[in-house]
Amino acid sequence: MPIISTAGLARTFTTKAGSVEAVRGIDLTVSAGEILGFLGPNGAGKTTTLRMLTTLLAPTGGAATVAGFDLRKDPAAVRRKIGYVAQSGGVDPQETLRDELVLQGRLHGRSRADAESRTAELAAELGLTELLDRRTAALSGGQRRRMDIALGLIHRPEVLFLDEPTTGLDPGSRADLWRLVRALRDTYGTTVFLTTHYLDEADALADRIVVVDKGVVAADGTPAALKQRYAGSPEASLQDAFLAITGRAPAPVDATPVAI
Amino acid sequence: MLMHDTALLFQRYARQTLRSKFQMLFGALMPLLYLLFFGPLLTDMPLGARGDSWQVLVPGLLLQLSLFGASFSGFALIMENNWGVVERLRATPVSRPALLLGRLLRDAALFVAQSVLLVLAALVMGLRAPLAGILLGFAFVALLTCALASLSYALALKIDTPQSFGPTVNALAMPSMLLSGLMLPMALAPNWLDVLSHFTPFRYLVDAVRDAYVGMYATSTMLYGALVAVGFAALAVTIGTRAYRSAP
Repeated sequence: MPIISTAGLARTFTTKAGSVEAVRGIDLTVSAGEILGFLGPNGAGKTTTLRMLTTLLAPTGGAATVAGFDLRKDPAAVRRKIGYVAQSGGVDPQETLRDELVLQGRLHGRSRADAESRTAELAAELGLTELLDRRTAALSGGQRRRMDIALGLIHRPEVLFLDEPTTGLDPGSRADLWRLVRALRDTYGTTVFLTTHYLDEADALADRIVVVDKGVVAADGTPAALKQRYAGSPEASLQDAFLAITGRAPAPVDATPVAI
Repeated sequence: MLMHDTALLFQRYARQTLRSKFQMLFGALMPLLYLLFFGPLLTDMPLGARGDSWQVLVPGLLLQLSLFGASFSGFALIMENNWGVVERLRATPVSRPALLLGRLLRDAALFVAQSVLLVLAALVMGLRAPLAGILLGFAFVALLTCALASLSYALALKIDTPQSFGPTVNALAMPSMLLSGLMLPMALAPNWLDVLSHFTPFRYLVDAVRDAYVGMYATSTMLYGALVAVGFAALAVTIGTRAYRSAP
């Protein structure tokens, strides 16, 4: 039984200039406990798909179930089961970490005492204990990101959605985040659905990769399978496979940028 | 669920307001200045209304406080939206109307508190009005605040360019103030202006509060004022809730 499955999930935006099919029809499944890397060039429909799966944007076509609930019929039930960490985060700079975390826990239906103890527990796990009574404005980039993730984890979600979680982080903080994502899955069996523009990150972290392009799924498989199929060998770079999938010319041999 | 979440969000926003002494007092500054430097000009003027000049001016200043204060409430939401807080909250099971109502309750409490300050200052200046009328005036301030703040939040969630928010709100608030007879009663106006002013909801509210301040509670003016205030607030809260539900 997959924890996420979609069939023809689509979103059309109506603008003054006409209608734009941002997502034309996504078919994918994610198994419980899987780390899924969700990749695609800018404008491919990644963020739109993510916002649909997290109930923030209503689909205009297709169907999906997330954590056992119908996304279109029962978005409120889906929200109880998922955590969502947007690329921009979502903390108020004038609030303290503690106030933000306790509020988040209570909005998920926990009692004050319960939200407070969960806050302390998460802060210890994520190395934020010393910072709990500071304003979030005082956090460094890496601390901010850990705080954003703590907000997404306060209710022990079954699925955690991370939108470009390591963009703008220094290498040390990036490595910390990778460890955290693996630990989440290994310790709690949390399913992690993450988008990234860093192919090395997807390669290192994801059990499986789904590439979207022009609003549909263009490729789906383990990193090794994608490299074998699209770049000719399991030892090839994911970069070459990605470029082949999205129909862009491969980079010259001596230039190997990490980000796309 | 709705009550629980509304209470949680009210606490959050009330705490933010209490931290900012500036926000608490600044909103009352403009009406206080009118009270001090404009009010005395009216004392011997024939205003064509019952009661003395303070009983005419103070109801207008109360609604002005709400009109200019609550209309700009959306500014804070533009910031909150930019920080990603709105989206983070919308991804939780929080009751959608609570996202709006928590803010509105804070706004109503803030502007009623500022109104109390204004009325206390007016009492020192020479206002005399029945207590029930004064309390009724605060109820109108609370309703008008909820209505205008809801519309302001709805606009803040729709707007693409934060720079255009202030000018847009000002462009709506200024004519509303002039047309409603907040400063001087429309009884002084030529007929066409008096007719035109009846197309703004504020006209009915200010007339009702002026009745309340002279102790006349069972008038048709009071009835229309109450109906317009409640109807306007209900409509605006519906618009605001819809904006929160469908925020992009």
